Amino acid sequence: MAGKTLYDKLWESHVVREESDGTCLLYIDRHLIHEVTSAQAFEGMRLAGRKAWRAASIVANPDHNTPTDHWDEGIKDPISRLQVETLDANIKDFGALVYFPFKHANQGIIHVIGPENGTTLPGTTVVCGDSHTSTHGAFGALAHGIGTSEVEHVLATQTLVAKRSQRMLVKVEGQLGKEVTAKDVALAIIGKIGTAGGNGYAIEFGGSAIRGLSMEGRMTLCNMTIEAGARAGLVAPDEKTVEYLKGRTYAPKGADWDKAVAYWSTLKSDPDAKFDAVVELDAARIEPQVTWGTSPEQVLPVGARVPNPANEPDLQKRTGIERALQYMGLAADTPISEIKVDKVFIGSCTNSRIEDLRAAAKVVKGRKKAAGVKLVLVVPGSGIVKRQAEDEGLDKVFVEAGFEWREPGCSMCLAMNADRLEPGERCASTSNRNFEGRQGAGGRTHLVSPAMAAAAAIAGHFVDIRNQF
Amino acid sequence: MKAFKQINGLVCPLDRANVDTDAIIPKQFLKSIKRTGFGPYLFDEWRYADHGEPGMDCSHRPLRQEFVLNLPRYKGAQILLTRDNFGCGSSREHAPWAIEDYGFQVIIAPSFADIFFNNCYKNGILPIVLPAAMVDRLFAECAANEGYRLSVDLESQKITFPSGESLGFDIQPHRKHCLLNGLDEIGLTLQHADEIKVFESRHKAVQPWLFA
Repeated sequence: MAGKTLYDKLWESHVVREESDGTCLLYIDRHLIHEVTSAQAFEGMRLAGRKAWRAASIVANPDHNTPTDHWDEGIKDPISRLQVETLDANIKDFGALVYFPFKHANQGIIHVIGPENGTTLPGTTVVCGDSHTSTHGAFGALAHGIGTSEVEHVLATQTLVAKRSQRMLVKVEGQLGKEVTAKDVALAIIGKIGTAGGNGYAIEFGGSAIRGLSMEGRMTLCNMTIEAGARAGLVAPDEKTVEYLKGRTYAPKGADWDKAVAYWSTLKSDPDAKFDAVVELDAARIEPQVTWGTSPEQVLPVGARVPNPANEPDLQKRTGIERALQYMGLAADTPISEIKVDKVFIGSCTNSRIEDLRAAAKVVKGRKKAAGVKLVLVVPGSGIVKRQAEDEGLDKVFVEAGFEWREPGCSMCLAMNADRLEPGERCASTSNRNFEGRQGAGGRTHLVSPAMAAAAAIAGHFVDIRNQF
Repeated sequence: MKAFKQINGLVCPLDRANVDTDAIIPKQFLKSIKRTGFGPYLFDEWRYADHGEPGMDCSHRPLRQEFVLNLPRYKGAQILLTRDNFGCGSSREHAPWAIEDYGFQVIIAPSFADIFFNNCYKNGILPIVLPAAMVDRLFAECAANEGYRLSVDLESQKITFPSGESLGFDIQPHRKHCLLNGLDEIGLTLQHADEIKVFESRHKAVQPWLFA
């Protein structure tokens, strides 16, 4: 019998029961909750007179609607405020293991606070009404986004009705080039397999380049798995995972810690495990990436030119390119390095961790924002990240360059708060989606790594950071 | 949940691939704490010429006349015909809520994004995957024939064309059962509460630190 993949091990260790058609009840260890996708679920619970099955599985905090400046003035938008207050009330009624309300010192983006507080652990199942839950797969946890009906189902039953996914291995071997980051790896993978390439799959990332990534880098990579269509991304836990988790508030302690570490060491794909699909990339060939269109798969190395639809033989794809160029206000064949930006956003659950801010600050130090750039927002992923960055003096580097140093939250990744693009504005962004209107109606998003975003803020246009800075 | 059994409905063609949930229902409408009332804002940025905000009365908003939902011939459509990877992006269930509230009960595409596909079944919407060549044919027939309708029958898993010709489609038995009967999945799962408790104590023995 062939060995098992990491995904199979995680799946099988959480199956409560299985129907004859393969539909399973899957036990859920951690339920992350934010304000946008939970209110209707709690309301459903209340209407049915149900209690949370295990409130101690819940880790919650508001992040999408919270402002990133003038916290003393509270949340000005009354609809946003109501949604955040509704979460406060729901957690008060139903309970939680961890709740950081708005303005709490540790509040932040849910996918940043889970790992940094040690609630995301290898071998667990993690769900959240948020597609970027895939982030937590970086720890060897089976983690994916769910809808609000499923949020209610997990609240009431601690299980999810689910079917096993296909398994894909994305193997990145070799040494990443100078200034090439996990974000570039993620975008290069999406460029290769497409935004639907992972539909129906859980992706395990392997190979020496993946093992070489820090935990922050692995989180960035797994975060973007959903942009490749796969709900869950996985990296097998190793000594870096253990090192990262040791001493975190909710990580196991004492004898439990030793037992946990021993258990986690079993969480890897067997050498003879079979995957349904294997994709291989050569790390050395991955260059800094920039998206040019309105889908994350519309991505190219920074040295390339924007595509010309005339060169695309497939009619569907050609129409897609034409539509994207029109929305993005770009002419075919424009060198990417000539694209000027109006705003820059450094933040989001993809790239707002300490390593991301350090990478951006390294480029910025001693330099100034280009005159043509209207606004550069630096939004740390959590209160803990913010304080650490300030201890390291990164905030000063940004402020001296003319950037804005903000309070933590989702911010301009999806512009549910006041941070947004105006119609026609162009942004270099470290977030995860360049969809039409994502950062504000009519806004134009180019996805890049933190160092590339910082460099664009300084130069006023995209630059190859391997040659400059 | 509302049950889905069968419909004979007008088909509306949305000829774009990778339609994401931000396009289906833009972020500003996600601030609502209700499940209903999203229909008027479905595809808001494509459908209206002005900027939509929650609570707006849409009956007097300027329309983008060329957008397919605004064409008189597709008024009252119940079947949405579209392209690959429909519903990609965010997990927001507001997307199927908006689609259902607008009046669509069936979505036909060559492929769907996983989370969206799953969310449809929780809201009485039947997403049907058909081969790309068949979807091409449906787009062509729909364009050529005003008032183009299809019959969809879940029990027999069959789509019937105006010509009388019919075509089967796949659906997982569990999903079919829930959709046909409009079942509350939580109630079904809680029938297995004892099994969940047994699992939980076994799980606790293996990973006690998760329950500390």
